[in-house]
Amino acid sequence: MKRFLAIVMCLLMVFAVVGYNKAAKADTVKVGFICLHDEQSTYDLNFINAAKAACEKLGVEMILKTGIEEGIGCYETAADMADSGCIAVFADSFGHEDYMIQAAQEYPNVQFCHSTGTKAHTENLPNYHNAFAAIYEGRYLAGVVAGMKLNEMIEAGKFTAEEAKVGYVGAFTYAEVISGYTSFFLGVRSVCPTATMEVTFTGSWYDPTAEKEGAQKLIQDGCKLISQHADSLGAPSACEEAGIPDVSYNGSTKEAGPNTYLISSRIDWEPYYEYAITAAMNGTPIDVDWTGTIATGSVKLTDLNDNEGVVAAGTAEKLAEVQAALEAGTLHVFDTANFTVNGETLTSYLADVNTDPAYTPDTEVIADGYFHESEFRSAPYFDLQIDGITLLDTKF
Amino acid sequence: MKNKKALFHIVKREALPWYQAWMIRGAAILLALIVCSLVTIIVTGLNPLSLYKTMFYGTFGTNRKTWVLFQKLAILLGISLAVTPAFKMRFWNIGAEGQVMAGGLACASVMITLGETIQSNALMLLIMLVVSIAAGALWGFLPAFFKAHWNTNETLFTLMMNYIAIQLAAYFIIIWEVPKGSGKIGIINQKTRMGWLPYLGGKQYAIIILLVAILTILIFIYLKYSKQGYEIAVVGESERTARYAGIKVERVIIRTMILSGALCGFMGMLLVGGTDHSLSTELVGGRGFTAVMVSWLAKFNPIVMILTSFLLVFMQLGAKEVATNFYLNESFSEILTGIILFFIIGCEFFITYKIQFAKSGKEA
Repeated sequence: MKRFLAIVMCLLMVFAVVGYNKAAKADTVKVGFICLHDEQSTYDLNFINAAKAACEKLGVEMILKTGIEEGIGCYETAADMADSGCIAVFADSFGHEDYMIQAAQEYPNVQFCHSTGTKAHTENLPNYHNAFAAIYEGRYLAGVVAGMKLNEMIEAGKFTAEEAKVGYVGAFTYAEVISGYTSFFLGVRSVCPTATMEVTFTGSWYDPTAEKEGAQKLIQDGCKLISQHADSLGAPSACEEAGIPDVSYNGSTKEAGPNTYLISSRIDWEPYYEYAITAAMNGTPIDVDWTGTIATGSVKLTDLNDNEGVVAAGTAEKLAEVQAALEAGTLHVFDTANFTVNGETLTSYLADVNTDPAYTPDTEVIADGYFHESEFRSAPYFDLQIDGITLLDTKF
Repeated sequence: MKNKKALFHIVKREALPWYQAWMIRGAAILLALIVCSLVTIIVTGLNPLSLYKTMFYGTFGTNRKTWVLFQKLAILLGISLAVTPAFKMRFWNIGAEGQVMAGGLACASVMITLGETIQSNALMLLIMLVVSIAAGALWGFLPAFFKAHWNTNETLFTLMMNYIAIQLAAYFIIIWEVPKGSGKIGIINQKTRMGWLPYLGGKQYAIIILLVAILTILIFIYLKYSKQGYEIAVVGESERTARYAGIKVERVIIRTMILSGALCGFMGMLLVGGTDHSLSTELVGGRGFTAVMVSWLAKFNPIVMILTSFLLVFMQLGAKEVATNFYLNESFSEILTGIILFFIIGCEFFITYKIQFAKSGKEA
């Protein structure tokens, strides 16, 4: 009898399926956004804010799904959005990429745009696109701010020029992170030539404890200034406790470090969202790889910390000067004259631009005296270990 | 000394007729839904009816959502079926998480390392099947062997094995990551589809649902009608009785745990080869533990497990839809699921026990 009941209820389940299905109807233009976490994560919040702003500006309906894992759930959500009539679907996390491609293959009439991905230029799918921003420009500028601070501390006699060591808490030994800390370091060294850097890796994009401990380890190691590529407040709070200046990422952390936070750089995704949604609405093609720059408003710096004495004097003027040079194209972040690898100046380098399991180097990226970052695809591929930077651990 | 009288006693019931037990369960679900809507109104001010409508839409709203529901149901049910023989034997196997992970890891390793050398997908699937089952069986065998020979604590042992499996997966993900440094494997063999389970009638999950359906029937028959199933039941009731009846308890323990582990390994293969086509440390996502609940709630009856796992998956997906549709925090769906589970598990207490209040004056 109990079994009979179970069977009856199972049948009911099946009928419920048949009964409830209904077709989606399309009145307004709908656009879908897939986020790995919700607003609690600064990384996702940065995307969500941009999505809201772009949708509001263009008057389209935003469908937002947060907490979508980097697995089959991403494919299901993307396909679900396509089913419900979205003309474009965006995803924000690197691990979403393959599942977005899977959905793109199934829905040729819907545009799938993936931020931070690397495969669009080799997939040859007309409706699948990658986007990133030349965040190395922002990192470089933040590095200039850090370098000014180091100079100020050297002049004040807090330590010698030779002791000017910068610490960096990274997530993985991934090209995006390498490109980030290298551009930051080059920015520091452009104003403080004796600076060196130590980098530690946490093996996670978000791990407050590991990031805090990483920063503390660097501080004990004698680092005079800390920056990070990881998404929590771990490093900024460690800096505030130790009274060490901090350059943060993805947005201001002034609240966590009122006396130590200098500046932060972040990507503003709104210009891209606006561009891609407009193109999808008009039926015009979207770039396979779209790289926003500081000139397009895609790379943003937060305001300098205005608390008394935190930022070195004259920083704002210097910052404006360097930014103008970057925008004018007279200054290149990865100018080969400014760094060496194993003591040598590079004239040629094959980077792994086309993603493959063997990490085969495939594209010549040095020309006209500088490393052409984010030109052959939007996601960074600078993975050189330049002189002056010591990696403390590379297990991730 | 004063003779204090307890306000109430908890007394074990005589077995309730099945319909009464189900009435209690029905009432518990109803209560859970009421409390959920109360919490929702208080916290968000939303209309509870729209809450339930959204829950239903999140599970049965479209064909795709329904397929996802049944896929998740099949996976949870499959893992629950896998742990059932062990629990029926009263072997506290909370290592399903690791056993599924071991199977999934083994399956992914085959797909990655042999993806280019083997040309026939059938052969590939066969190797994946054998390797995954073997890995899961090994993860089940080790704690059983130690338990049978040295009477180690199986709860701790199986729990530890979970961590080993997950750490091993994390280690291999770093080895197989693409691109370098990303910490992600991505979809394996996305172009060639080597090692992917076939789509039946164009539906990705049909084969998983079919296989788990067959597995449900097989486990039902195995537990109810086979000699081995009977031995499991006897060992579960009383080890001494089993010994007295001439059952080799150690052998039954090891054999049953190998079976449990092997089935978990098989589920790992379905997850990697059939749904995700990838490997991450989140592959099993706690379902190895949820499965224990599914199995116990159903009193180890595979057919009833269809219902209990349906209920859990329905609630999870429904609550998730609510959280995302009303822009609530992710934790909100966990709160709703928690409330529902609290009532469902709590009601089992009232099915097994009753509360007797002390009568005034007289001895209770």
